[in-house]
Amino acid sequence: MQQNGTTPLVEMRNISIAFGGIKAVDDVSVDLRPGEVVGLLGHNGAGKSTLIKILSGAYKPDAGEIYVNGEHADISTPRDAKRYGIETIYQTLALADNIDAAGNIFLGREVLTPYGTLDDAAMEAETRKVMARLNPHFRRFKEPVKALSGGQRQSVAIARAIYFNARVLIMDEPTAALGPAETQQVADLVLQLKKEGIGIFLISHDIHDVFGLADRVSVMKNGKLVGSANVQDVTQDEVLGMIILGKCPPGATPGPGAS
Amino acid sequence: MNAPVATTAPPPSTASGSLLSKLEIDVRMLGMLAALAVIWVGFDLLSGGVFLTPRNLWNLSVQTASVAIMATGMVLVIVTRNIDLSVGAILGVVGMIVGVAQVQWLPAYLGLEHPLTAPLVVLLAITVGGLIGLFQGWLIAYLGIPSFIVTLGGLLVWRGAAWWVTAGQTVAPMDSRFKAFGGGVEGALGATATWIIAAVACGLIIVALGLARRRRLSFGFPVRPGWADMVIATVACGAVLAAAAVANAYPLPAGTARNWAEANGIPWPEGGLFIPHGVALPVLIAVMVGLVMTFIATRRRFGRYVFAIGGNPEAAELSGINTRWTLMKVFGLMGLLCGISACISTARLNAATNAAGTLDELYVIASAVIGGTSLAGGIGTIAGAMLGALVMQSLQSGMVLLGVDTPLQNIVVGAVLVLAVWVDGLYRRRIK
Repeated sequence: MQQNGTTPLVEMRNISIAFGGIKAVDDVSVDLRPGEVVGLLGHNGAGKSTLIKILSGAYKPDAGEIYVNGEHADISTPRDAKRYGIETIYQTLALADNIDAAGNIFLGREVLTPYGTLDDAAMEAETRKVMARLNPHFRRFKEPVKALSGGQRQSVAIARAIYFNARVLIMDEPTAALGPAETQQVADLVLQLKKEGIGIFLISHDIHDVFGLADRVSVMKNGKLVGSANVQDVTQDEVLGMIILGKCPPGATPGPGAS
Repeated sequence: MNAPVATTAPPPSTASGSLLSKLEIDVRMLGMLAALAVIWVGFDLLSGGVFLTPRNLWNLSVQTASVAIMATGMVLVIVTRNIDLSVGAILGVVGMIVGVAQVQWLPAYLGLEHPLTAPLVVLLAITVGGLIGLFQGWLIAYLGIPSFIVTLGGLLVWRGAAWWVTAGQTVAPMDSRFKAFGGGVEGALGATATWIIAAVACGLIIVALGLARRRRLSFGFPVRPGWADMVIATVACGAVLAAAAVANAYPLPAGTARNWAEANGIPWPEGGLFIPHGVALPVLIAVMVGLVMTFIATRRRFGRYVFAIGGNPEAAELSGINTRWTLMKVFGLMGLLCGISACISTARLNAATNAAGTLDELYVIASAVIGGTSLAGGIGTIAGAMLGALVMQSLQSGMVLLGVDTPLQNIVVGAVLVLAVWVDGLYRRRIK
């Protein structure tokens, strides 16, 4: 899985999308290498989530191309994205509240018996395994996820993303609704997955979150890319300047949105 | 096994291991059965013991079949946060087509009373009903027109179409084999068949419980205590056998029995013959439909997707589920079930009229809702909806027995619908 370092795991080139005349994402290019964490920063409404929904197949871009392992990838549905090993943990978690943990983890990719019926026992067994790794105290396997706490719901959403051997993981505001202990758990998980060679897009509006975990940051403002930088080459204040003012510091590579 | 269906969601496995939680029985369903028992006993007392007779219960079961079958489909429609107001009208138009097909079209090729007439007509009903449903589903899922509007339009369109089939003329009588679908004497399966069906059902219940238990044990999951499985098996088999016994305790009327005896070369004794009805064909069909629909809703991928769409449409979409096609199939299934019900109600009436199924949409929706289907989507059971249909029909038949005026009957049924949903809401809030 480890590439020679020059071929990015994922490359989004010159992506644009508009909703009713408003350019939500305008000519943005980002990339991600194996074992790398890239923080995607920007204000609410900067276009981060929209950009990432294009990668996860929820939206189709008006222009631009996506490359996976250097090859052109045609992603027009969530199913396509998953086929390329791109998994997403959405900010809203995107769980069906009325279904139990196993049902959610395997939603759209159910394990079937030889008779074509749902193999709930097998799915529950797998769920118990993956949850034992993510959240050892999790016991409520048979209850609708509506009944679970915020942290438990989060671990179900994470389990769904990592269970199917993701190569690219998109985490949209993964810690927004979590307490300090759970936030630390997510951070540990990010580092562990990184070690396994998974590339991670970490979306956040909180730069402290990102600075601790990311190797690089890309900053968006008003749908445009302000710039990208290695975290060693820039200070937090400079990145804050990129987010708020769109000002690209010397340590960063400016994008089309730099003022 | 899975959570979307309330019957299978056990209470939290806390230390308070009450009897019900050991049995993993849905308390809501138990509440409905209790309500049904109260209604039955109440009417029996008020009517001086007429309600709980084999004859009345047999008729009640036949009267419930048509609405119960459609209610199973309505559960899935409502679970996806939609509604279908057109089911009564679809029943009407399919009923007319079914009538004309066997009285005018098919006899031209097959002759009257051909053995193939009934099966062909049923196939036609299912096809036409299914196609109408798929068409409405396509309008809803792919063109994005709200289901309320599409099916409200459908209510008028299909009711009008039912009139157009024969310019309003009633078509009668039906093919004699087809009449079996309506119950009545032709559709009574007899004592022996009834006992065989009951025995097979009991066997299946025991096998299913055993297999489920073995499967969970093979994965090392916690299972119900052995005695709990025994209790469930005993109660379920007892209910099946009791129903069979009731159906077999209702004899054919003397005249029919005499004809039957003569036809079979049995001498007619002095005191008459006790020839039991046995279970009615429409009731058997309704039970089978209920089982198949439960299987689809809980054991098939399609059912899982239906509940996921109801729980969170966006999440279902992001999971890669083809939500539009799933929705279209839900409406197709609803139409298909209307086709089955159209056969039953046309056969029962022994005539096709363009008014058949009028107001059925309201009874079907009410059954589903009384049976615990949440209009907010995502929650509902097939068994609950069928029980809901039985509750509604029990109320109506009971009031007919007591000689209550029709307007008052409607008032009571309407009030009970509102009351049931209120109580259900209270219960849900309490267990949350």
